[in-house]
Amino acid sequence: MGCNTSSTRIKNSQTSLRAVLIIQNWFRGYRARLKARQQYALTIFQSIEYADEQDQIQLCNFFTFMLENYKHIRKEEIELSQLTESKLDMMDKQDYVDLIDVPDSYQGPRLQFPLTCADIDLLLEAFKGKQILHARYVLEVLFETKKLLKQMPNFTQIQTSPSKEVTVCGDLHGKLDDLFLIFYKNGLPSGSNPYVFNGDFVDRGRNSMEVLMILCVSFLVYPNDLHLNRGNHEDYMMNLRKNKTYSISYLQIHGKKILQTLEELYTWLPIGTIIDNEILVVHGGISETTDLNLLHRLERNKMKSVLMPPKEINKDYNTDSKHSKLGVTISAHGRIKASGLSSEHLPKHEWEQVIDILWSDPRGKKGCFPNTGRGGGCYFGPDITSKILNKFQLKMIIRSHECKPEGYEICHGGKVVTIFSASNYYEEDSNRGAYVKLCSGTNPRFFQYQVTDATCFQPLHQRVSTMENSAIKILRERMISRKSDLIHAFQHQDRRKSGKLPVSQWAFCMESILGLNLPWRSLSSNLVIIDQNGNVEYMSSFRNIHIEKPIKEANSALVETLYRYRSDLEIIFNAIDTDHSGLISMEEFHAMWKLFSSHYNLHIDNSQVNKIANMMDLNRDGSIDFTEFLKAFYVVHKYETMVKPEATNLAEQHK
Amino acid sequence: MADEKDREETAVAEFHKKIKEAFEVFDHESNNTVDVREIGTIIRSLGCCPSEGELHDLIAEVFTPGSEGTPHLHVPADAIEIVQIHSDSQSFLEEEEPTGYIRFEKFLPVMTEILLERRYRPIPEDVLLRAFEVLDTAKRGFLTKDELIKYMTEEGEPFSQEEMEEMLSAAIDPESNSINYKDYISMMVIDEN
Repeated sequence: MGCNTSSTRIKNSQTSLRAVLIIQNWFRGYRARLKARQQYALTIFQSIEYADEQDQIQLCNFFTFMLENYKHIRKEEIELSQLTESKLDMMDKQDYVDLIDVPDSYQGPRLQFPLTCADIDLLLEAFKGKQILHARYVLEVLFETKKLLKQMPNFTQIQTSPSKEVTVCGDLHGKLDDLFLIFYKNGLPSGSNPYVFNGDFVDRGRNSMEVLMILCVSFLVYPNDLHLNRGNHEDYMMNLRKNKTYSISYLQIHGKKILQTLEELYTWLPIGTIIDNEILVVHGGISETTDLNLLHRLERNKMKSVLMPPKEINKDYNTDSKHSKLGVTISAHGRIKASGLSSEHLPKHEWEQVIDILWSDPRGKKGCFPNTGRGGGCYFGPDITSKILNKFQLKMIIRSHECKPEGYEICHGGKVVTIFSASNYYEEDSNRGAYVKLCSGTNPRFFQYQVTDATCFQPLHQRVSTMENSAIKILRERMISRKSDLIHAFQHQDRRKSGKLPVSQWAFCMESILGLNLPWRSLSSNLVIIDQNGNVEYMSSFRNIHIEKPIKEANSALVETLYRYRSDLEIIFNAIDTDHSGLISMEEFHAMWKLFSSHYNLHIDNSQVNKIANMMDLNRDGSIDFTEFLKAFYVVHKYETMVKPEATNLAEQHK
Repeated sequence: MADEKDREETAVAEFHKKIKEAFEVFDHESNNTVDVREIGTIIRSLGCCPSEGELHDLIAEVFTPGSEGTPHLHVPADAIEIVQIHSDSQSFLEEEEPTGYIRFEKFLPVMTEILLERRYRPIPEDVLLRAFEVLDTAKRGFLTKDELIKYMTEEGEPFSQEEMEEMLSAAIDPESNSINYKDYISMMVIDEN
């Protein structure tokens, strides 16, 4: 009896041990797959973000092409650098800002110049209460900031001490809550609490203007202790996507003036900061040719935009164009009159130095390679870091520019630090934000945070699901915008016209057409139907998603093309729309479209385009509201998940 | 014979691509290495379910400690102080653990063999259900929160606090403070599909 009981007991405990091990094993596997899915989603977000940046940079080639060929330019008007230095100086504060009245009915914050820390508090409270700052104050702040920035050198210098640590923050991208959180946890900027904001204050988040206003006002109150570095998003190009970048409430009145002043301000932002003569703080990174001495000397405000690279001056120019970017005027007979060498722009080698600083990314591979992900700057390896740091007697580079899951990352043996301050950048829960505090003689201290709201207390699998669905959605939108090219590639591989391909061939097509380096095999089940033999039914991706046709008769290929290039088109339209009316004439539209399709080699029947444009000219007044035009192309997702039949049954059973 | 060899070669080539994809997603510096702490995630994302013990043995086969190249987060343990702040004002100190990394060239052949031999197969759903039923000695259809915590954190290959919290957050019914394991399992299965 006794023996039986104890052996039963042992057997029971062995069984229960086995059961526990099974559950633990299963859970760890499940949890790991959740983390992997989370990582895939982040990879998707990042790949698409960089691919979009690349598309935008490519536009500079189109702009060059356009300027050379666009016959409809009214010569005074299409200056891509909207206002030159001299024009804006002529209209100073007295001429413009002081003429703007702030009505008594205005409930928002009223700033008092010269600004004091009371104004910082006032602004923070106002923005927390979701108030809008009046255009008059916006303009005044921008004017004053620009004026003061002009006095700053290309690299601002900071010295720390045990009682005066400096805090370095990375990209904020218009995320106001993150800025609030940083100031709440780390204190407001002051003489004893200096800050460096390392670029990319605007774009993508909802509150670009508010973030900018708080940073500018803080800078005006503490110009020696609040340092602003230029990021790649502090660029004229952002103004060409103004409706995406800035909230409409700030552009409704005096929008044109605000954008013009902002453009100027961006060019006057310092390129970087040097802390204790040993830490270089720049937005992107470096390249093997980075020359700090050159960077100290160059005229940084001549770096207008990534969209306007310097052109080499050619010997013979025979063209009708009356205006050329290089400050070279061309008479009606086609003869060149040089009016000074690049008076408005940086020479090529200097322009490239600045691009490298603003766009580069560190990588583990040794050497220096073109940054093919973004289309600008380079990838620099640990050997490059050592070489440049040694050359200029520095110890560390602190940079931003890349979203990191923990908000910060250390690489190159501790010599390169990435700091990113916009938490939940891609999606709720995609990443933490961080800032770093520095003091000479002690180790850097990193502080992480995440702006949370009620939904963050969902269990992990739900948060991952949300992020994953969001990533897959934008990936599918990208697929639909290249539908014709993808189908063409699939059919080319599918010799037997079976509608199916092995996963490896499908993955190959996806990667080469979309140009995205993603784990296609792992993602395939989310994107396409796979049969029991492991073959992909490649057309299944396009079943539940389509681009809405603005008019029924529109040709699908055309609609797809217009959808695919809609961001580029928005930028170009805004560049042409020099009076910021939001309208372009039919003539301008046709001419621009012709150029665009020829430059991008699009095989589109131009008469079809004209037909759509005509149909969109609702006022019949010969002009097109291009915002409306572009909005007409959007993707419709039919709600349906790729659920396998067995799983659905299971759900049914347990109801 | 030749046919079968062809098929195996194609299978191997496909495995190689699959492994490379899964690896690259965690190769943050694009230098063909991943932090050793992520290798378990990678192996499991490829559909395998090794136990913690089996995982440790696997890592030992492919691990490269310390100095070669530039491993992710490789700084001396006392050099970096991390203070984590959450917006609910919680803060705590976390020290950097010394770490190492796994090189792709070493990982690939080991992982390929695992896939070819179909090792560490995942637990079928019915086996998982029976495991819960074994622990539910009173056959109530659920486990209490305390029972689950005791089993998972004190026996077998014990859960860390983080792992326990994550399981509870999804599994527990806050009103009864218990886990209806049948519902829990089917929810997880749907999520994975």
